[in-house]
Amino acid sequence: MNTADGTPLKIVAFCCRYCSYAAADLAGVLRLRYPAETRIVQIPCTGRLDTLEVLHAFEHGADGVMVAGCLEGDCHFQEGNLNARRRVEHIKQLILQIGLEPERVEMFNLSSAMARQFADAATSMTQRIIDLGPNPLRVADRDQMNQMIEKPAG
Amino acid sequence: MIVAEQKPLEEIKGLINEANKVLVVGCGTCVTVCFAGGDKEAGILATSLRMNTKLEGAPKDVTHLTVQRQCEWEYIDPLRDQIGEVDAVVSLGCGIGVQALAERYPEAIIVPGLNTSFLGLPIEQGVWEERCAACGECILGLTGGICPIARCAKQLLNGPCGGSQNGLCEINPETPCAWQLIYEKLAAQNRLHLLMEIQPARNWSTGRDGGPRKITREDLRLVKKEAE
Ligand code: SF4
Ligand code: SF4
Repeated sequence: MNTADGTPLKIVAFCCRYCSYAAADLAGVLRLRYPAETRIVQIPCTGRLDTLEVLHAFEHGADGVMVAGCLEGDCHFQEGNLNARRRVEHIKQLILQIGLEPERVEMFNLSSAMARQFADAATSMTQRIIDLGPNPLRVADRDQMNQMIEKPAG
Repeated sequence: MIVAEQKPLEEIKGLINEANKVLVVGCGTCVTVCFAGGDKEAGILATSLRMNTKLEGAPKDVTHLTVQRQCEWEYIDPLRDQIGEVDAVVSLGCGIGVQALAERYPEAIIVPGLNTSFLGLPIEQGVWEERCAACGECILGLTGGICPIARCAKQLLNGPCGGSQNGLCEINPETPCAWQLIYEKLAAQNRLHLLMEIQPARNWSTGRDGGPRKITREDLRLVKKEAE
């Protein structure tokens, strides 16, 4: 799937091993369709989510970041997903200060049986990013590249 | 420990607006454990500055590193080359770390990325409270281990004042009255007699009122070689 101007999208999904990664796996087994732009990164628990890694994802061109943990109350490590939700709120504030839309990062909760809901979440996140447009950092990169091509050094 | 908070990104950016190459220097001690200026926060600030300045069309080259302690020469002396290569340094140390860098590297532009707030402790994860005002003449032995200088809004030595209501200080309904805490502690230990003694007016010259303070220990100083 591409954005309105034809740029291919990149959405990084940090999925916890016990629930949402298993849900994504099941979605594959059931041959449910979800956008191929979703790049899944398995983490042991969303409580392990690292703010710096999310920021690096954006810095290196991700258009959106999904964080998907177990259902609230069902975290394999008791409260990792609740901690992750607050961390995602904090990351929204950070990227707002940086100049990116806070909607580019979102927290989801899924059990390992919720393959359909995983596919739906990936689809709705992708649609949200299509509406927002590509990560403006990539646009800035492209503009700078074009400038260099138009005005070669020397 | 020294407790600090990061300044808003806009303010930090304003301090380095003339620089193109910027080094963020974290500190691995107090400000690491209060999540304000350790290696993680230095990394987050560096990437935030890179992204923000790129989005604004004038990208800065921002890198980061962290030393174990910014407030000792041994740890900051090895930074000479890295600091020499940049236009400005954002220190994520406390005010002492910032000044140590500024003193060691007088030609470099060193700016603070933190607001150094107080001497305190995490009462629970994510919540820090002030405990000591470094007054230079500790009286915790008389007050059941509860500091009325740092924790009583009026720094009373013979409290509480009339503003103590239901255990709370009149300045703020969330602030416990330090003197109520002292009374309860000493009552529980059967040591209320400590409070029967009136503390005389204090000599504040050991504190900030005496101007900048300095401690010299001749037994610890290294022998200076006589000039040849
Ligand atoms: S009495 Fe002075 S030194 Fe002791 S804890 Fe209070 S402020 Fe700190
Ligand atoms: S109410 Fe208690 S803590 Fe507040 S100023 Fe009075 S004595 Fe100090």
